[in-house]
Formats: sequence, structure tokens, C-alpha cells
Amino acid sequence: MGQITLKEVRKSFGEVDVIPGVDLRIEDGEFVVFVGPSGCGKSTLLRLIAGLEDTTSGRIEIDGQDATRLPPARRGLAMVFQSYALYPHMSVKKNIMFPLKMAGLDRDEAERRVANAARILNLTSYLDRRPGQLSGGQRQRVAIGRAIVREPAAFLFDEPLSNLEAALRVNMRQEISELHQNLQTTMIYVTHDQVEAMTMADKIVVLNAGRIEQVGSPLDLYRAPANTFVAGFIGSPKMNLITGPEAARHHAATIGVRPEHLEIVENGPWAGTVGLAEHLGSDTFLKVTVAGMEPLTIRVTGERQLRHGDRVTLAPQAGKIHRFDADGKAMA
Amino acid sequence: MARAVSTRRKSFNTAAAWSVAMLLFFPILWTILTSFKPEPQAVASPPVFLGFDWTWQNYIDVNQQRDYLRFFLNSVIIAVGSTLLGLVIAIPAAWSMAFVPGRRTKDLLMWMLSTKMMPAVGVLVPIYLIFKTLGLLDSRTGLVIVLTLMNLPIIVWMLYTYFKEIPGEILEAARMDGAGLKDEILYVLTPMAVPGIASTLLLNIILAWNEAFWTINLTVTDAAPLTKFITSFSSPQGLFYAKLSAASTMAIAPILILGWFSQKQLVRGLTFGAVK
Ligand SMILES: Nc1ncnc2c1ncn2[C@@H]1O[C@H](COP(=O)(O)OP(=O)(O)OP(=O)(O)O)[C@@H](O)[C@H]1O
Ligand SMILES: [Mg+2]
Repeated sequence: MGQITLKEVRKSFGEVDVIPGVDLRIEDGEFVVFVGPSGCGKSTLLRLIAGLEDTTSGRIEIDGQDATRLPPARRGLAMVFQSYALYPHMSVKKNIMFPLKMAGLDRDEAERRVANAARILNLTSYLDRRPGQLSGGQRQRVAIGRAIVREPAAFLFDEPLSNLEAALRVNMRQEISELHQNLQTTMIYVTHDQVEAMTMADKIVVLNAGRIEQVGSPLDLYRAPANTFVAGFIGSPKMNLITGPEAARHHAATIGVRPEHLEIVENGPWAGTVGLAEHLGSDTFLKVTVAGMEPLTIRVTGERQLRHGDRVTLAPQAGKIHRFDADGKAMA
Repeated sequence: MARAVSTRRKSFNTAAAWSVAMLLFFPILWTILTSFKPEPQAVASPPVFLGFDWTWQNYIDVNQQRDYLRFFLNSVIIAVGSTLLGLVIAIPAAWSMAFVPGRRTKDLLMWMLSTKMMPAVGVLVPIYLIFKTLGLLDSRTGLVIVLTLMNLPIIVWMLYTYFKEIPGEILEAARMDGAGLKDEILYVLTPMAVPGIASTLLLNIILAWNEAFWTINLTVTDAAPLTKFITSFSSPQGLFYAKLSAASTMAIAPILILGWFSQKQLVRGLTFGAVK
């Protein structure tokens, strides 16, 4: 079981309110991703749940039990750190076995679990090496192995893939997703990479300056961002946010249209000039300057040949305009 | 740092380094030479460098007059004992300063160091009286305690600098893995800090071995270590330089040998972990 509830959780470092108050419910078996810009308090929130930081006020419950004052060791959670945090003086095997040794598990059972974890993570032939003799991806696997042998109530990941190169990152991302499929254990995953968030999460928690901006499934957030912050943060490239007379015409302070929901049409409402073009092969992203509006990004298929200075007219797809009020809140 | 240094420059540096080393080593060399001289030649003016009548007589005399082994054992017990006791106290202290610093930690560290700036003689009388009351005068226990206290600031400082180099996340990982404070220090911190702890241990054994003020003032015979062994030959009835030198050589020989075999650790220790 791994059901976690945060009630009015606050954290300040001295004068600074890093987490001004968070309420959140994480269901058993869920894959929850915390995303947000750098410094928004993702790691701090995770560390509060882990027990590595004390809450300033508020309550943390794990499976209905108050865990606010429990030391990390007694919360039954496992954590995978960005720096892997392996014990450099122990072999891979000893690293993975360490939590079992601390739990006082008998030797045979511990050996069995380590062997099992090593098999799942393809580490069997490295068990006698030291962490210093492993590649980044292998170290990450050891850190995950050390987390899974304990059969924790939940896994906490703090940007576990950010030290890996791009290709390996995609691989490990899929491995972690598969691990979640197989174990069905609650996972809380911190990242600032929204692709990781979109592809892995059952539920995304978008944080900004220590506050939760929105909680929902990846598609919920994509389809119905609750405010301009989430609208701009989720989706790549960013949603176009337009203010001024064009927004007023839609009775809103700001309107938003995603690049993939803008089309080049004959006699569209927005006429502009093509600026920078980014060709990714499958897609091309164009910057289009339209008089009286913020520059727009649009997505066109890769084959489309448009060049700097070409004149185009654009139209948003029907029903794909998001409207926001003066406070940035989404309007019905 | 791979920097191109010309051969001439290099040989100049080598020569300079050797000169400084010889300058520092000369007093020790002179002591050793003197210990092999007959008493009159030891004080001859102008001094004789090598052309004297080499003799073992001083060593024979010194050993007949005093029981070297007893002094030696006292030195070992006091130096090793106070260092080990100091480590047992300092490891948890340095742990808390390095990994759960409070607002006053830095001040506390500075204050600890500042106690080393006070001349020891300033507290001789109170400590002497306390020791007298507690019956600790001329006891090894008393000396272990006083040397532990004297060297504790340095031990804490050295360990603190080593512990600072250990990433805090590894200790947090241990905590997440279910390690209590004791397990964390025993299974994770200490093994990772072994090189640092070893350097601290060696350096403090040397400091305690050479400590002369307290060991001389608080002992008479029972607990007297090698420092006392040396001073007992600088008697008021006349100076016997050759015998004094023989005693000194015997007193420093063990620590010189220890230092020679642990050079690498020591260099690391003395540079406070700056050399990786
Ligand atoms: N121990 C601390 N003392 C004081 N301030 C801290 C401490 N830890 C974090 N902070 C501050 O709290 C804020 C949130 O930090 P946190 O590490 O949680 O951000 P983050 O969202 O994880 O960022 P990143 O994506 O860069 O890892 C930052 O402004 C940081 O400066
Ligand atoms: Mg972080």
C-alpha cells in the first residue's frame, strides 16, 4: 500500500516560504510526476514526503497514518537520487543489500531478493563491481535496485535521469515505466522535463513557486490547462499566448492556441510574415510575426517548404482557443 | 596541473627544496651525531662534524640509568589512548557539524580552535589542582584525558574538513535505506572517511607523542613518557649533551619510523584533504 496525503504542508527555510501550503492526495499505485521550473520547490516537496526535511507546519499521512514526525527510515519509502548516491566503498551487491541488512532480513532471503532485482535490472554480471567502475546508466540501475529490494510503500525519484545522455534517458524512462507496470507501486517522480512528465505520469502535479497550479492527467492538462502558467508549461513547443485586442475580441484577457492547432489557410484571420523556421524532419516549427500580436509559433508538416519573409495567413482550429481572464485563470 | 617547466627551472627548484629540507632536518641530524660522540667532543668548540671518536657508550649509559621500555610504553599508551579517545568523541561531533550544522556551528568551530591559541601554562595551576584532588597526577589515565582535551579541537577540525567532502546525499540515502544514526556513522560515513580518519589518527599520535608541556608537568615517574625521559637527562648537576642526545634520539626514533612509513597518509593529513 502506498497512499500518501499532504494536508496544508508548509516549509520555510528561515524567512523564505519555499512551500507556502500544499494539499495533495496520491492514490495507491499511482505514477505521480511533479513538474515545474527550476527552484519551484519540487525537490523540497519530495524531501518533505521522504522525511529528509521537517515540515514547518501541516500533516503528512502515509496509508492513513500520521507520518509527519517519523524519521525517513520508518516511513517505508525508497528514494532514487539524481546523483545516484551509491555507497562508493561497497560492491553493487552490498549496495543493493544494504536496506535489507538494515531491516534485519535473514541472509538467504536477502540474497534471493538481490539476485531477483539484479535480474530485473540486468545487473547480474556487475554484482561484484564497485559503483566507480560502472557507467552512469548502470549506476542508475543500482540505485533503482537498492530501492526495489525493500518493497517500499512508494518510490520517490528526484530527477533520476537528468545526468544521462539523451538516448539512454529515453531507454531508462521506458524501463521505469515498465517497472511501474510490473510492481504497481506508488511512484512520485520529480522532473523539469515535461516530455518525461507527459509520457510517464498517471497524474501530473504542476508546481510554481511552491504552489500547486494544477493536478490532472497529462491529457487533462494538455486539453484544459487551468491557467496561463500551466498552459505555457505543458506542451512543446509552448502554447501561443495572445493578449490585447485579439484577446478582447474573444472576451478574454489572454487567449491561447497551441502551435499544432494553428493552420496556414487562404484568407485566414491572422496575416503575418514567416521568420525563423526550425526543421525537425517530421515537423517544422515556424515563427510568424503578425501585426498587433505576440509572435506566434506554428507547427506544419515537415515537407512544407516555406521560407523567411514568406507571407501567410493563419487560422486557429475550431474550438481550440483557450480563454483566460485577467488573473490568468481559464474561462469556461 | 600540467605546466611546462624548463629543466633549468626544475633543477633549481629541486636544489631549493633540498636546501630547505636539509635546513629543517639538520637539528635532528646533529642530535643523532652528538649522541655518538664522547661527552667532551659533544661540547667541543669549534664543533666536530664527523671526525670524532664514534661510540655507543652514551646509549649504554642511558639504558643503565633509566628503564627505556617503561617510558616507551607510557608514551605509546598516552599517545594512542588519547588519540583513540579523541576520535571516539570527535567523530560524532564532526558528523553533526558537517551534516546538520546549526546557526552557531561555524562560531563553535572557531571557538574550539581559539582555545589552542591560549598558552597551556595559563591553565596549568587549575588543572594541576583538579588532578591533585582527583588523584590523577602521575597517572596514565590523567594524561590520556588531558591530551585528549588538548588535541580535540584539531581532531574535530580535521574530521570536519574530511566529512565536508562527503556528499550529504549518500548519508540521506542511508537514512532512506533504514539506517539509524549509529548505522549511518558505522557503515557509511566512517568507511568513506577512512583515509581522513587515518591521517587524523597518525597526525594526532605524533602530536601527542611529542607533547612536552603536560606530560612533563603532570608526571613524576609512574606515568612518565619519553618526553620526561629526555628531560631527566638535562639535570642541574651539569649538562651531559651526548647522553641527552642519545636519550632524545631514542625518544624520537619510534615516531620517526612511524612517520616514515606513513608519509603518504600524513601529507594528506597535513594538507587537510586538499590533495586528492
Ligand atoms: N536548505 C535550504 N536552505 C535554504 N533554501 C533552500 C534550501 N533548499 C532549497 N532552498 C530553496 O528552496 C527553493 C526550492 O528549491 P528546490 O530544490 O525544491 O527546487 P527544485 O524545484 O527542485 O529545483 P530544480 O529543478 O532546480 O532542482 C529554491 O529557491 C531554493 O533556493
Ligand atoms: Mg530539484
